[in-house]
Amino acid sequence: MDVFGSFALILAFACALYAFIGGIFAIGTRHPLLIKSTRQAGMATCGLIFLATLSLEYLFFTDNYSVAYVASHSNRDLSAFYKVAALWSGQEGSLLFWSFLLAIYILSVLIAYRNKNGELMPYVGVILAGVQIFFLTLNNFVASPFKSLAVPGAHGALDLVARSDGNGLTPLLQYPEMVIHPPNLYSGYTGFTIPFAFALAALLARYPGEKWIHLTRKWTMIAWCFQTMGILLGAHWAYAVLGWGGYWGWDPVENASLLPWLTGTAFLHSVMMQEKRGMMKVWNVWLVFTTFLLCILGTFLTRSGVVSSVHAFAQSSIGTWFVGFLGIILLVCLVAYLKNRDYLASENQLDSIISRESSFLFNNLILLVSCIAVLSGTLFPVFSEWLSGERISVGAPFFNKVNIPIGLTLLFLTGVGPLLAWRKTSADSLKRNFAIPLAVGLLAGVVAFPLGFRNFYSLVCLILCVFVAATITMEFYRGARVVRSRADASWAASTIDLTLRNTRRYGGYIVHMGMVFVFIGLAGAAFNRDAQKEMQIGSTMQIGPYNLLLQSLDSKPEKNYTADRMIVEVLRDNKPLMMLYPERRKFITNQESGTMVAIYSTAKEDLYVVYAGRSPETGQPVIHAYLNPLVKWIWFGGLVVVFGTLVALLPNRRAVLVLSGATQPASTQQPIPQPLAPTAAFREGHD
Amino acid sequence: MIESRLRNTRPIGDCVLGKQAKFGVGIGVILASLAFLAWLGYGESKTYYHTIVELQTLDTAARSHRIRVGGSVEPGSIRKLAGRVDFVLQGEGKSLPVSYVGNDPLPDTFIDNSQALVEGHATPEGHFVAERVQAKCASKYEAAPGGASGAAASSTQRSM
Repeated sequence: MDVFGSFALILAFACALYAFIGGIFAIGTRHPLLIKSTRQAGMATCGLIFLATLSLEYLFFTDNYSVAYVASHSNRDLSAFYKVAALWSGQEGSLLFWSFLLAIYILSVLIAYRNKNGELMPYVGVILAGVQIFFLTLNNFVASPFKSLAVPGAHGALDLVARSDGNGLTPLLQYPEMVIHPPNLYSGYTGFTIPFAFALAALLARYPGEKWIHLTRKWTMIAWCFQTMGILLGAHWAYAVLGWGGYWGWDPVENASLLPWLTGTAFLHSVMMQEKRGMMKVWNVWLVFTTFLLCILGTFLTRSGVVSSVHAFAQSSIGTWFVGFLGIILLVCLVAYLKNRDYLASENQLDSIISRESSFLFNNLILLVSCIAVLSGTLFPVFSEWLSGERISVGAPFFNKVNIPIGLTLLFLTGVGPLLAWRKTSADSLKRNFAIPLAVGLLAGVVAFPLGFRNFYSLVCLILCVFVAATITMEFYRGARVVRSRADASWAASTIDLTLRNTRRYGGYIVHMGMVFVFIGLAGAAFNRDAQKEMQIGSTMQIGPYNLLLQSLDSKPEKNYTADRMIVEVLRDNKPLMMLYPERRKFITNQESGTMVAIYSTAKEDLYVVYAGRSPETGQPVIHAYLNPLVKWIWFGGLVVVFGTLVALLPNRRAVLVLSGATQPASTQQPIPQPLAPTAAFREGHD
Repeated sequence: MIESRLRNTRPIGDCVLGKQAKFGVGIGVILASLAFLAWLGYGESKTYYHTIVELQTLDTAARSHRIRVGGSVEPGSIRKLAGRVDFVLQGEGKSLPVSYVGNDPLPDTFIDNSQALVEGHATPEGHFVAERVQAKCASKYEAAPGGASGAAASSTQRSM
């Protein structure tokens, strides 16, 4: 099966080459048969990548330890669930997985648009094939997952080796979320290839109209949704598994996943300026290009370890390939832009500082500044070594100092932006839309301050969260009231109807509401507490309102590891609340250990209990307990964001409007009934 | 296209200039504030990378910086004591005695022969006091794909 997989990959490479070179000729000659055959070669590439991926999974499931990748990342006792995840647990498999996910996207695009956008699709096909060629080069010639295990034998020849069992999967990855987190994040990374291909193709083809913008926006939303889920699942995994009580550490790999998310978010907002007012065309095209470049950079940072390995850890040779690929993409984008920049001329200018356009402009500006800050902080060791010869890194204080004010400004714009009018907003409109939400937000601050919200940023965050939530609620209320007055339906039915009539606008509001919840959760971080104590059986420790009683310890042998558990009873006001079982796992095959945190999570706070090992002096077990307020809101907010994005992706339901004047007696003076003018509730798009 | 160009060629009067100036000032204030904050954050958290060999040749001023050193953990050198964990880092044939004094538990991957990055301060006596330890297993380790933060190198310090 390893030969089968290798062969499928080589064939995929050949098909991608044909799709690329043939595609270029097809663009030049416009020969229908050539266009069709290159499209089909693109589809065949995808099919062959699926076969290669399936054959690697087959090798995992059949415990074929003659293949180096399988032997390194699996063992016989590994459950089937993790054998699926073992595919992306190492370098070679991850790169194949990149190709696999990209193939799903590309096949969807090639099938969905096979009879549409005839002028654009040959360009899109060539660009997508170009990206596939790069990853298939890595899969075939640089980091093949199908290499056999071999040792040098007599006369310098290699002897194949088949081991009876493998090394097993790294313990840190043996957690359910590790099965869904990488596919989500990688779906985000790979998904941004599609908007990139459409944007570059439209530029190269000088594709008329704004159709490509709609296509690009839709695919960006899909990738953005996956990227959001991937980032939040990664944060949750770090929180629940690593045992350090936090969810975000500004680690280079985390930062790498945030970068395309920031520029993707900026694009999803600024694209509206192009749709509505024909502005920011150059900016939008470069945001899409940058997002894709950052996806490749993110994969490069993750896979090459160039940052975390600056000093201590060995670097991977794969980095050079990524740097080369980044250079080629940048060059292609630059040339395409310089040759066709007149195609991107702006049709309008900014009219007022208090307008929808300017809110988008500031939104984009600070998202981009955040992106630059995170990128420069992440790459600081590399740049400082180049510039000064000294290797300097920056840590969490740098990232937090810049990004907390940026986050709060964005939160403010989330509330303000959607309610500002295009071109110019009147003072009356400002008062009507913002007086109540502002009052409610400030009132929340006045109430929260004496309750202990004394940290400046947290207090501002809370006020803004309430303000934004109030603006969104008012928007739903106003729209639903209009629907209700016409259809005489319940509030819930009217709200759903309203949302389905303009999914983009109201889906966007739901996403904003989700972000408010995420920010509520982030505000809680300022009030985190922790305590550590050596425990004997029967002894207790206090943290916040909770009392932790160590009832006993046990050791539970499992299939792949042994779990040393603490059995901890949680009491509140001397009443039993629940049992927690924090544990330390000792993995049998590789002698590594892992922590399983026990969490009692409520909307108010998380009680987070870690079995921190045994005291070196007394041999007694040690509990490290954290009280982290409001963390649950982050995960809940993430779900709301994803839900909102899915709503925004739905097509609008056509509004069936009943004209109230229809029953009135006809009159010669009566104007001819016209379709209702769009009201605030029925405006098209997320405007 | 021609129409759009015509619209773009309208004379830039005082009004437009006034608006542009307002945007310019707004953008300038935002960028200057964020740059100032970034500079503060940089001063607070900058850490210098050095090898174990370089550390022994640093002058007093350089020793006062926050420093990050990498190496492999000498087998059998990890000693858990009250309030600290002592161990020895090895690299380029030299050894560096380290005391970890941070509050957070050491990462699970911190074991004999693991590769470790320690962050903290060097003492004049040639000792290193670490407030943060990152470690990854020497035998076989690869960064998890995507945003798996801790997988790149599990560490002790919390941020959020």
